Amino acid sequence: MTIHEDIVESLARNRVGFVTTVPCKQLAGVIGLLEHDDRFLHVPSNKEDEGMGLCAGAFMGGKRAAIIMQNTAIGVTINALATLIQYYNIPLPMLISYRGEVGEKVACQVEMAVHTKALLAQLAIPTYHFHRAGDVEDLDGILAHCFMAKKPVAILMDASFWGGAK
Amino acid sequence: MIRSEVIKSIVPVIADHLVVCNIGLPSQELFMHDDRPSNFYMLGTMGLASSIGLGLALAQKAKVVAIDGDGSILTNLGTLPTIANNVADNFVLLIIDNGSYGSTGDQPTYAGKKTSLAEVARACGCENVVECAAQDTADVLKAALDAGRMTVIVSKCRSGNVPVSVIELDPGVIRHRFMQEIARRNR
Repeated sequence: MTIHEDIVESLARNRVGFVTTVPCKQLAGVIGLLEHDDRFLHVPSNKEDEGMGLCAGAFMGGKRAAIIMQNTAIGVTINALATLIQYYNIPLPMLISYRGEVGEKVACQVEMAVHTKALLAQLAIPTYHFHRAGDVEDLDGILAHCFMAKKPVAILMDASFWGGAK
Repeated sequence: MIRSEVIKSIVPVIADHLVVCNIGLPSQELFMHDDRPSNFYMLGTMGLASSIGLGLALAQKAKVVAIDGDGSILTNLGTLPTIANNVADNFVLLIIDNGSYGSTGDQPTYAGKKTSLAEVARACGCENVVECAAQDTADVLKAALDAGRMTVIVSKCRSGNVPVSVIELDPGVIRHRFMQEIARRNR
């Protein structure tokens, strides 16, 4: 199995049925698989806070929901995280492409990378950093933890994680 | 009519359906007129009522009405293409368009000037878009729900507010009773 398939299968094993995505180059493989997998309702969103609204609605409608996004968008989601996802105790796995880490080719991506963990820590969001390909084995437990705790949870997946999977 | 009167007029039409209501005065007015477990009140997060409503409609079978405002739609304009391209025939988006940011002191919105939200919705690909006068809102909403087709309604009303109290329900309580009601309807 590819690392993209590992991620999709872990979502399915944890009964995630609704996924919203805003694309990132590193996430293209996962998004491509989700789009053609009948186990998931895939609704692309135009902005990440919009996606969190979709996920909140889907969760209340009985489908476990997840968002797949890039770390550069953390800033635009802070209000949605604090006043919707956290305030109403809605579980939300955030599978985040961690751009701007070692291996990055676009300097500007580093500018948000240096703030990513600080912002998540400020929001008291449990945060996990996938750096080696084998870290994907932790995803099952993290997803189960997220739905147990009814909290947003961030899984940061950096270039070494994606690159190591080749 | 002002927004509070529009909301009062649609209470008999929405009482049997799941309702996601916009932040601020709209939620407070709905709470005052007809509090029900089938109402989800947004206590924060301006702009996401339509997104929550669409996600809910796509995830289950019961009919969903999202009550939104012109200012909140403008805040999250990306919602209209997402709605257009992910059709849920159990979903009606009602935009109560008073041309102003009512909850913050009636500052004018662009929807009250040159921008037509009905035309924006059509341009985004929404197939059933109805603009109506405030006094026709209840009839138009009932027709849309009866038709079982995803519909965007833009109800044009006057700006202005009435005194209302803040909602003191805990968010966990609002969510819990709403989810119990959804589960009951989908049994």
